Amino acid sequence: MSENLQRLTLAALAHVALIAAWYLFVRLGDVPQFVMPSPGATLNALLEPEYGWWTNAAVTGTEIFAGYFLALVIGVGLALAFTWSRTLESFFMPLLVSLNMIPKVALGPLIIVWFKYGILPNSIMAFSICVFPILLTTARGLREIEPELLDLVRSLKGSRWQLFSKVQLPGALPYIFSGMKVAAILAVAGAVVGEFLGSDKGLGYLMLQVQVTLDTPAMFMAVLLITLLGMLLYGFVLALERLLVVKDARLE
Amino acid sequence: MTQPFIQLRGVKKIYRSGRAEHLAISDATFDVMPGDLVSLVGPSGCGKSTLLKILAGLHGHDGGEVRIGSAEHAFDPSRDVGMVFQAPLLLKWRRILENVLLPAEILGLPMGEARERAKALLALVGLGGNEDKYPYELSGGMQQRAAIARALVHDPKLVLMDEPFGALDALTREKMNLELLRIWKESGKTIVFVTHGISEAVFLGSRVVVLTAGPARMADNFAIDLPYPRTLDTKTHERFGEYTRRIYRLLGME
Repeated sequence: MSENLQRLTLAALAHVALIAAWYLFVRLGDVPQFVMPSPGATLNALLEPEYGWWTNAAVTGTEIFAGYFLALVIGVGLALAFTWSRTLESFFMPLLVSLNMIPKVALGPLIIVWFKYGILPNSIMAFSICVFPILLTTARGLREIEPELLDLVRSLKGSRWQLFSKVQLPGALPYIFSGMKVAAILAVAGAVVGEFLGSDKGLGYLMLQVQVTLDTPAMFMAVLLITLLGMLLYGFVLALERLLVVKDARLE
Repeated sequence: MTQPFIQLRGVKKIYRSGRAEHLAISDATFDVMPGDLVSLVGPSGCGKSTLLKILAGLHGHDGGEVRIGSAEHAFDPSRDVGMVFQAPLLLKWRRILENVLLPAEILGLPMGEARERAKALLALVGLGGNEDKYPYELSGGMQQRAAIARALVHDPKLVLMDEPFGALDALTREKMNLELLRIWKESGKTIVFVTHGISEAVFLGSRVVVLTAGPARMADNFAIDLPYPRTLDTKTHERFGEYTRRIYRLLGME
């Protein structure tokens, strides 16, 4: 336990050290605010009411979470469908691997053409960028079943459903979570890129607005809030993993 | 006169991949009496694991006859087979007791009874008090003990073991051999034990079936006339040496 505490202390220390270094760099280097604001100036940007921080953060958060949740449902759902039908898997899997090669950011202008702009297209952007890692790792996890374990269940004449629910799905959970963690980071990037490309709300949109007036502290604050949204999602996934996956089975 | 529990007559198994045929077993003929512990010994590729899978009903065969069970020992292939493999194959996300209960769950046995039985079996294999641990908290030998308890939980008549101690270190393996003999005596099961360890085969078996590779065939089948309970002293018994030499000769190592 004290070892845990030590690790936590070191982690907190590293963060504090970075902020201190940032502060000292700006202060001692006499860096102009429009190049790099101090931590204090960045915090002060929150006091500007016309930036609508909370509304914009809520919009970006909604896009991230909606896109991510959709990707989770569809990614895991498709992977599950593949375990039930080999033909389905052989038909769709190579196609999905090809589709995965499309740079999702390049789809942005098309998504705007199809869905106008707003929360929906940006959620779709987040979705498109994070559905593949979830789908591919889940499909892999469901395939990774020891042949002898299969023999064991078969020798007991276990049903396909029993094999799935007792062995395959719980065995795939660590893989699902590893895909979910990668996707959590991508979802944030997807939503923000969507906002850059075309949008009238959200933290990404706000960044483009304040860029014009060279309000760098506000840009810093926006990045910080986007990061916090990402951490919130990531932390949620991590907590869920701790709850559902036994320590030894977790994939690092 | 007791009927044999397992009768194999000229059992043959061919694996086909495309045009190529590979003879995995040719002409396996032997009996296993109820309550026997029969060792199947031979080098890799002699078909011993294949034979075990045929007994488990996981593979069909391409010739000969396999008969399991008799009038007084009726055999239901789904309920009456327990399996132990080289790897413990415990489910990482289940506690030890829940792991042991897996076959009972799959077979839909009454869980209250099964739970009591699983606890008793864990005590039998020397894992009493570890019911609520996760597999990663146990050593390799202890995990394999749990796997043995799992193979017994649905009270099968036949336990099939495929090199169950092959992955353990030498010392743990010796200890597990003694443990297995004790568990076998206390449970009264019929056991077919696959190994490539010659002295392990003789030490454990009431009967040894020797298989050779290239070509895969059954080379010998004989009873081991050494008294139970067997102890480490058994290994210095004159006949123990004779039996192991006999197998070494059959496998062309002398």
